[in-house]
Amino acid sequence: MSEGIGARVLRKEDKRFLIGKGRYTDDIIEQNQAYAAFVRSPHAHAAVKSIDASAAEAMDGVIAVLNGAQLTGDGIGNIICGWGVTSKDGSPMNMGAWSALATDKVRYVGDAVAIVVADSLATARLAAEMVEVDYDVLPVVVNSVDGLSDGAPQLHENAPGNLVFDWELGNEGPTDAALAGAAFTTEMDIVNNRLSPNAMEPRAAIATFNEADDHYTLYTTSQNPHVARLVLSAFYNVAPEHKLRVIAPDVGGGFGSKIYIYPEEIACLWASMKTNRSVKWTSDRTEAFMTDAHGRDHVTHAKIGFDKDHKIVGLKVDTKANLGAYMSLFSSATPTYLYGTLLSGQYNIENIYCNVKAVYTNTVPVDAYRGAGRPEASYVMERMMETAAREMGVDPAELRRKNFVTEFPHQTPVIMAYDSGDFAANQDQAMEAADYAGFEARRAEAASRGKLRGIGFSNYIEACGIAPSAAVGSLGAGVGLWESAEVRVNPVGTIEVLTGSHSHGQGHETTFTQIVAERFGLPTENIQIVHGDTDKVQFGMGTYGSRSGAVGMSAIVKAMDKVEAKVKKIGAHVLEASEDDIIIEDGAVKVKGTDKQMLWHEVGLAAYTAHNIPEGMEPGLKETSFYDPSNFTFPAGCYICEVEVDPETGTTQIVQFVASDDFGTIINPMIVEGQVHGGIAQGIGQALLEGVVYDDSGQLLSASYMDYAMPRAHDLPNYSVHHQSTTCPGNPLGMKGCGEAGAIGSPPAVINAITDAIGNNDLSMPATPAKVWAAIQAAGAKQAAE
Amino acid sequence: MTVVSMTVNGKAARADVPDNTLLVEYIREHLRLTGTHVGCDTSQCGACVVHVNGKAVKSCAALAVASEGADVTTIEGLANGEMHPMQTAFKENHGLQCGFCTPGMVMTATDMVARYRESGKTLDEAAIRSELEGNICRCTGYHNIVKAIADGASKMASS
Ligand code: FES
Ligand code: FES
Repeated sequence: MSEGIGARVLRKEDKRFLIGKGRYTDDIIEQNQAYAAFVRSPHAHAAVKSIDASAAEAMDGVIAVLNGAQLTGDGIGNIICGWGVTSKDGSPMNMGAWSALATDKVRYVGDAVAIVVADSLATARLAAEMVEVDYDVLPVVVNSVDGLSDGAPQLHENAPGNLVFDWELGNEGPTDAALAGAAFTTEMDIVNNRLSPNAMEPRAAIATFNEADDHYTLYTTSQNPHVARLVLSAFYNVAPEHKLRVIAPDVGGGFGSKIYIYPEEIACLWASMKTNRSVKWTSDRTEAFMTDAHGRDHVTHAKIGFDKDHKIVGLKVDTKANLGAYMSLFSSATPTYLYGTLLSGQYNIENIYCNVKAVYTNTVPVDAYRGAGRPEASYVMERMMETAAREMGVDPAELRRKNFVTEFPHQTPVIMAYDSGDFAANQDQAMEAADYAGFEARRAEAASRGKLRGIGFSNYIEACGIAPSAAVGSLGAGVGLWESAEVRVNPVGTIEVLTGSHSHGQGHETTFTQIVAERFGLPTENIQIVHGDTDKVQFGMGTYGSRSGAVGMSAIVKAMDKVEAKVKKIGAHVLEASEDDIIIEDGAVKVKGTDKQMLWHEVGLAAYTAHNIPEGMEPGLKETSFYDPSNFTFPAGCYICEVEVDPETGTTQIVQFVASDDFGTIINPMIVEGQVHGGIAQGIGQALLEGVVYDDSGQLLSASYMDYAMPRAHDLPNYSVHHQSTTCPGNPLGMKGCGEAGAIGSPPAVINAITDAIGNNDLSMPATPAKVWAAIQAAGAKQAAE
Repeated sequence: MTVVSMTVNGKAARADVPDNTLLVEYIREHLRLTGTHVGCDTSQCGACVVHVNGKAVKSCAALAVASEGADVTTIEGLANGEMHPMQTAFKENHGLQCGFCTPGMVMTATDMVARYRESGKTLDEAAIRSELEGNICRCTGYHNIVKAIADGASKMASS
């Protein structure tokens, strides 16, 4: 069927976006709406001595200026991290207090001190500048290594040495022994650069308190409105859960940054209650750079060992992860259970040991950004593999192949049990598409033009779905990570699917519709996907971790199973046949081998009129499922990047980028390819262009698109995207997830290609022309010296 | 305050606005045409592109008063009823994901095609990529946007 699973169905959601009728949070205006602006710290670290808001309060149009003392005085709770991580000595992580509005101390530039509510945005912003805060400036630390050093400025009293936790995974003794006995070892210092997610829609919130029934409504740019509601009510005491409606309407990209519940949503809700006005806040881009959770920022030392046959014998990884000034919602999980657990890569490794120290610094909180921990793991593993191959003088593709996991299920020494995959098949497909065999000829041709051509591999694996609940619970997650769905068949046979997943670019309205259309043989226009509103969908865990296919769609399948069972009972009853003989196809309920049938809408009508349904059956046709999978899913693949570097300028041009991914079942290849394109672009951005920069005083130097190099169209190539899939055994559709792969797999491929081109493995991201040029000079100097 | 009048999407518009009102604020807040977006504060992302007297303009970088009497087209007015060939091309080539950059992309694209046609230059892939310097998309990696613009250009030529 042309609109079912595997079809390139054009997107249902496109029209409204294309004609300018999308409805994003900032597009909404509430009755009686006022505007908020935040008074933010200009210092990276300071004691707040006093706040004088009198000049601001005296301004025309200013409704209120509210501060942290008032906020905590009203019982609003501190912002928490929802994933507990235990240090290797058994002690719990050291979570520093984070109030939505700072009380005694500010800890990064942009830390909110007060909220100003005014009749107009211009007045609110002007008034925010009129609030006088008296600061006592304190010494500053901005990177993780300095943060751990003796005598470093201390951010939180309960985190001595700025240590959030000192976590380990794997087995240190045997790993050390294996490395000591290895025939070859490779050691590297690897930095994973700090990034700003930069969804194009800035965060925004409109909070409305209705005193008539003590009820709150929050429109917000969220990837998971139900989790927002839960946290806002249960932990921050902003409003009771049954008196709070959270709506995430059209959301303009998330990439992780819109998972978290930020100070601004809390402050707007509270301010709405205090002022009895709707309070709207929309971030500008500078504010976004200053306050949206950043990603990555790891400093790592790693050592890998091989036996004489080039089989890996051990891997030891030591990482310092910068968590910023406070612990964001999932900040502890990203550099631990989403990182250390993937360090086995696609390879058979008996001995792995990983130590991660998480560190407070005077920077924006760091949390999950597209890939979250898994890009960092892939980057370590794949740079090590490529470098080791070069040092041992073997083909990097061969070295990988020799070490691939080939039998499934495969238990790694770092928790994960891979369920399926065919890594060699992906590598074969990528090598063929990239014409790997012809590379040396292309290198020679480029050399004749004075260009340095290089090729780099990356064989990534990730763990997606971020489920099952019991497993993530045992690792410290504060919530269950299942997903819910409700399938409502209306009396006229049209279908509404309510899902706890949230679409902010992923095209759920299309793909979710496809699986329903295929199942019941209905036209897609008869199916509507409902999401993003806690008043409509009872609960859901939201969209991140490439989980909406494997977990979200599975929930829909389970709910459809129940609908189907009921439909068959009604069909058998009305058509006077045995339930076993009832089939559903082409929008009709039929008796196998006869011409007896009911049209789909007739079944719907029968269920709701209830004039003629089986005795004892409840009327109506609506089923719910809460689906909890049995394992993580493991998308994997092989990426090959080919570059040309201009030795005169250090400029890198990507001349070819090939991806071969194993995503399991693919519902809509067009959408999946789009996800891969976007992910690769972000990965190339990380590798070549992007980097958050703080100066030593904690000022954010990269706070606009003039200073933070976002990938533009002319920076990027076309992508050659392929699939070679194995079915995931862990969920009914066999899906693995595709949202993050591109961002996980691409950075090492790019850097491996450049280092191949220039003959120097010592290169860090972003590989700007200046850095590449310097690395070329260093390689030349080394060669001359030898 | 100044009364600013212009023609927006073929209709007369008029609003009394503070002198420092940006064109994008006039369009979004006063005319409630929210298809034009704001993605940055340094005139770099292109989410706010509209046509003023037939030319693509970043409406975040222009004062409303400067467009007094102008003929402005926003994404809402690009087509009458049916979709513009460029809008169709974006849909058919999956040139959008979250949709936030999309109105600006489409307005930039139609302007680009018109300019190249006028000057007789070829709008090849390299030209499209370099013309998109002022439009940022975080979702698509541009691959399908570039394809969509090329397709939209041929659709516009034959329509
Ligand atoms: S909002 Fe106009 S260029 Fe970004
Ligand atoms: S489609 Fe999301 S920013 Fe372009």
